[in-house]
Amino acid sequence: MAFFLETLFGGLMAGMLYALVALGFVLIFKASGVFNFAQGAMVLFAALAMARFAEWIPQWTGIESKLLANTAAFVIAAAIMFVCAWVIERLVLRHLVNQDAATLLMATLGITYFMEGVGQTLFGSEIYKIDIGMPKDPVFLLDSVFDGGVMVNQEDVIAAVIAACLVAALSLFFQKTSTGRALRAVADDHQAAQSIGIPLNRIWVIVWCVAGIVALVAGMIWGSKLGVQFTLTTVALRALPVVILGGLTSVPGAIIGGLIIGVGEKLSEVYLGPYVGGGIEIWFAYVLALVFLLFRPQGLFGEKIIDRV
Amino acid sequence: MFYRENGQFKTSYRADQQIFTIRQDKVAILALILAAFLVVPMFATDYFYLAILTPLVIMSLAALGVNILVGYCGQISLGSGAFMAVGAYGAYNFVVRMPGMPLIPALILGGLCATFFGILFGLPSLRVKGLYLAVATLAAQFFSDWMFLRIKWFTNDSPSGSVSVNNLEVFGMAIQSAQSKYLFCLAVLVVLALLAKNLVRGAIGREWMAIRDMDVAASVIGIRPMYAKLSAFAVSSFIVGVAGALWGFVHLGAWEPAAFSVDISFKLLFMVIIGGLGSIMGSFFGAAFIVVLPIVLNLVLPALAGLFGMSISTAGISHAELIIFGGLIVWFLIVEPHGIAKLWSTGKQKLRVWPFPH
Repeated sequence: MAFFLETLFGGLMAGMLYALVALGFVLIFKASGVFNFAQGAMVLFAALAMARFAEWIPQWTGIESKLLANTAAFVIAAAIMFVCAWVIERLVLRHLVNQDAATLLMATLGITYFMEGVGQTLFGSEIYKIDIGMPKDPVFLLDSVFDGGVMVNQEDVIAAVIAACLVAALSLFFQKTSTGRALRAVADDHQAAQSIGIPLNRIWVIVWCVAGIVALVAGMIWGSKLGVQFTLTTVALRALPVVILGGLTSVPGAIIGGLIIGVGEKLSEVYLGPYVGGGIEIWFAYVLALVFLLFRPQGLFGEKIIDRV
Repeated sequence: MFYRENGQFKTSYRADQQIFTIRQDKVAILALILAAFLVVPMFATDYFYLAILTPLVIMSLAALGVNILVGYCGQISLGSGAFMAVGAYGAYNFVVRMPGMPLIPALILGGLCATFFGILFGLPSLRVKGLYLAVATLAAQFFSDWMFLRIKWFTNDSPSGSVSVNNLEVFGMAIQSAQSKYLFCLAVLVVLALLAKNLVRGAIGREWMAIRDMDVAASVIGIRPMYAKLSAFAVSSFIVGVAGALWGFVHLGAWEPAAFSVDISFKLLFMVIIGGLGSIMGSFFGAAFIVVLPIVLNLVLPALAGLFGMSISTAGISHAELIIFGGLIVWFLIVEPHGIAKLWSTGKQKLRVWPFPH
């Protein structure tokens, strides 16, 4: 039982990270209808920038404090992501208005390659560590109930808290601010939003900025757990089934989908894996999402699309 | 001046429905095919065959298959690598388990395995479409990656999933030399391309295009979406499967599941988009672009760096390759979203009306 709870908890934590990456997808899809394959590259790029600046800033300025260096690195990385968002809007999206979905998807794949190349050229392609001073020691909960207790990593808990705060902040931003309202208007109908004076280009920049920040946070958490390296881009591929499970346009869908996939992956690997040869984590989420789509094509919280001739 | 249809009158429906209605086109294409078979072998070197021509021919075939699905039927697929893998491993299993199996039936059976796999993973297309389907087809990709790595039966109990074939021969002719490999692949390509061209301009191709343009309207006028979509998946994955089997058997010789990773799926989709969606000709252009570009970059970049007195490391080259590749894709999508095939037809139109602009 304790082992089951540990697996469950581990799954929830992994799911939280998937949800963070999936959130980036959903934000961009919601506001611009672009299925952003580059989210994974953005996570890598942001994490690389942050890891390297956290290393460089003490060397350049002689600042001793780790907190200060990390904060500065975070701010610089965020600024870089803002610049990226602006450049992408300016150079790519602006020219591709009204193209069909496949073309936009390919454009983001192009951006993926570009960012991977630039990121590694600028920041190097080794494995880097982001050290934001998260406590590494595991704690044992409920040892009165189970023998030996349930082992929980403190950094997992902190990561989950950070992710939850980010999601709460995003919901507030979307629901309560006028910019958030404009974003939702654009999501509903580009043309109508534009006709009442909402500047589409600016909205796109804002959305990509927000997605960049989400990518930075996801990269920071992931990087401090497992290190920053090229394989981080595959995180995006792990997060895709989350998006289709939750529905492409739903923020809560991304989170709940992430948790379901995270838990399902861990439990299936532990309890089902040994019977079929192991390693089923790589496809389990996809096949789960696929089977789910057969019954509910729009995902858990997606909008039902009704076609008319 | 030379490219005119003046005076070429069509007096029968048959003449009107030819693949190439203009005589010059027909002559040019025939000359091109003849040149590929006869002239190329006169000067090509082994390096040229193995590094450029054979991959180009096989990838053109794969791109052709993907184009049928994505370009003609509008079902975006990111699982093409999986269909290639199923074709390759399927053909391998037939060769290993049935001693004396000739190469061509093995290729066809491998293609049929891929057809079955394609129909299975095409089933979601009846319910979901567009981007949802694109992600759903990734399931096929990851499932096949895992299947050939972990289920030992498919790889004849090889521990790492890597398999090899040798002593290929067709009708008693050995396919060992670089030249014979190229010629064999080219022959398969020509046959299948002709087949595909005839399919897409026939009734079934029109059904596919109707589904692509608006599936609801298509079903209203009596096109069965299930039949049209699944047949597109079947035909496409057959061609992609044969291409996969050729890639494994003829080009690589020995391969492992990583040879058909998700990367190859993305590349195939690039070929189709850059070449031109819904165009047989475009598949060739796209494949040429994607296959030749990295080779050219690998040659040009160090020379260019040397020109400015710098040296560029291997990692630097691969990063620069990524940057240029990504940049070119975006640039292409912006400048010519209909692909190189559109440039080609624009050029032909310009030639037709030359020297007058209209």
